[in-house]
Amino acid sequence: MLIGHQPKPFLLAVEALTVSFDGFKAVNNLSFYVEENEIRVIIGPNGAGKTTVLDLICGKTKATSGSIQFRGKELTKLKENQIVQTGVGRKFQTPSVFEDLTVFENLEISYPRGRTVFGSLAFQRDDAVKQRVEEVAEMIFLKDRLDTYADQLSHGQKQWLEIGMLLIQDPELLMLDEPVAGMSVSERAKTAELLNRIIKDRSVLVIEHDMKFVEDIAHKVTVLHQGQILSEGTMEKVKNDPKVIEVYLGH
Amino acid sequence: MIINSRFFNRSELIGFVALALVLLVILPLSLDVFRLNLVAKYLTYAFVAIGLVLCWGYGGILSLGQGVFFGLGGYCMAMFLKLEASSVENTKIQSTPGIPDFMDWNQITALPLFWQPFHSLTFTVLAIILVPGLFALIIGTAMFKRRVGGTYFAIITQAVAAILTILIVGQQGYTGGINGMTDLRTLKGWDIRPDHAKIVLYFFEVFLLFGCIFIAQFIRLTKLGRILVAMREQEDRVRFSGYSVANFKIFAFCMAAIFAAIGGAMFALNVGFMSPSFVGIVPSIEMVIYTAVGGRMSIFGAVWGALLVNFAKTGLSESFPQLWLFGLGALFIAVVLAFPNGLSGIWADYVQPRIDRLLASRKSKSGAWADNSVADGAPAE
Repeated sequence: MLIGHQPKPFLLAVEALTVSFDGFKAVNNLSFYVEENEIRVIIGPNGAGKTTVLDLICGKTKATSGSIQFRGKELTKLKENQIVQTGVGRKFQTPSVFEDLTVFENLEISYPRGRTVFGSLAFQRDDAVKQRVEEVAEMIFLKDRLDTYADQLSHGQKQWLEIGMLLIQDPELLMLDEPVAGMSVSERAKTAELLNRIIKDRSVLVIEHDMKFVEDIAHKVTVLHQGQILSEGTMEKVKNDPKVIEVYLGH
Repeated sequence: MIINSRFFNRSELIGFVALALVLLVILPLSLDVFRLNLVAKYLTYAFVAIGLVLCWGYGGILSLGQGVFFGLGGYCMAMFLKLEASSVENTKIQSTPGIPDFMDWNQITALPLFWQPFHSLTFTVLAIILVPGLFALIIGTAMFKRRVGGTYFAIITQAVAAILTILIVGQQGYTGGINGMTDLRTLKGWDIRPDHAKIVLYFFEVFLLFGCIFIAQFIRLTKLGRILVAMREQEDRVRFSGYSVANFKIFAFCMAAIFAAIGGAMFALNVGFMSPSFVGIVPSIEMVIYTAVGGRMSIFGAVWGALLVNFAKTGLSESFPQLWLFGLGALFIAVVLAFPNGLSGIWADYVQPRIDRLLASRKSKSGAWADNSVADGAPAE
């Protein structure tokens, strides 16, 4: 292999990643690569380690061994907020928005400026901020609810708000943990439309169970089982993989 | 879209005016100097309570050791005053004249090195801010960087309060021990004991209190204030929005420590002594109760809480000395169970709506056409 002659560097390179909780290996020697502008969906049965993989990438869980390279930077050594600043955004499974703040304030906090203690004291709500907040609010269907406190929003709206909070950070890698779980049919359709719009110009890593949704958006699918990769490739290939049918899709 | 860019909204402005009226006009006119000096003592706790609003109410960091910072500020001030009171001619009957009396009683023959800089008022004023500030920075960094929070943090702050008390009591020769530093007399030659000095000190304290209220209000209105609220609810979301949660907690904790220290320093000036009984676990918990009773989300509420609970304490402990502690405990439980937002919550939920309704009905009588212009008066974009 010629070093320094690779045609296309990966945006995210996960190599030999392992994490063990008291001896139980939730993720075991996992390697996968995400390219620029790729939409990768991770599927797998419960307990396969999907959420743990996202936790490892965003720094919520520390890896036992292995490496995670993002644009050549080693993420396993960084703190969560530093990882965010390199351009990785993470949405949690249950909507985590600030319920005691308004939609506007929620989005404003996520605006990538004034992130230090004294930066936030000096932070001014200027036109650039307002404009960006309104722009994102329109995208996430919450333009008329900017002054609403987030605890007044429906479950689906909270999910959108959290997606909006990520969008305003403008991450290069967006990680979404079950973005349509618990949504009504119409909310689901709107979310798919939203996701299709925001995944342009960035790479996305999604965990999702809704196979119809996966088929709609995925460029490539990774199937996890017991912390290891069971199968990887296009949806078509994965769907017809007998191993995958046995442990996951067959049910 | 309405963005409130004013420093105080309408109800806060009413709160501010009411507090200023009570503290600057009503109380000084209606109370004798002895009672006014008591109010000055109560108000020293209001500084602590304001700090707790930022740290506990907004940031969700419960500190049960604010007495530590109150004490550090108080002791810094007391050390300066004690040195001034221990001039050679005042202490010529001692075996070593020129050092504080308690040192002489403990066979110490020279002023310890760490006492030396407290000859300077400038150094003392800086120390009142910096010593507690740095101490809070160290505790905060050690705890928050390791993600120690919630109950664990509260218990550790309690332990620190206990340790500091033991240290002060144990090092009698350097600190005055259990009796504390008593017999403080002058500030730069100005006698702090007579009535007119008490009145000047009272107004100076109220002035400082409003300074702290403005600083707290400013912080509350910046993005930092909103991040504190966000952090209290969804710490992880703040972290994954690119903020170092630990740094923000350290900041809130340090601010609370500095406010408490200013209160402590004013205590030494107004009351004329400082002792470990204002440092330990019990006074620290009482300070939290003032904040809880006043309303932990309200800066003005915290001031009222400190005033009212202390008035009650003085009144009750004069007539039923044994019952007071039970009363205080019951009050705390009652507030937490029934009115989690304290007095300010009761005001906002029950009193404010009635006033609004009253005003609205009067307005509609005086002419409906005027109503529109008032409703649209909010700054719109």
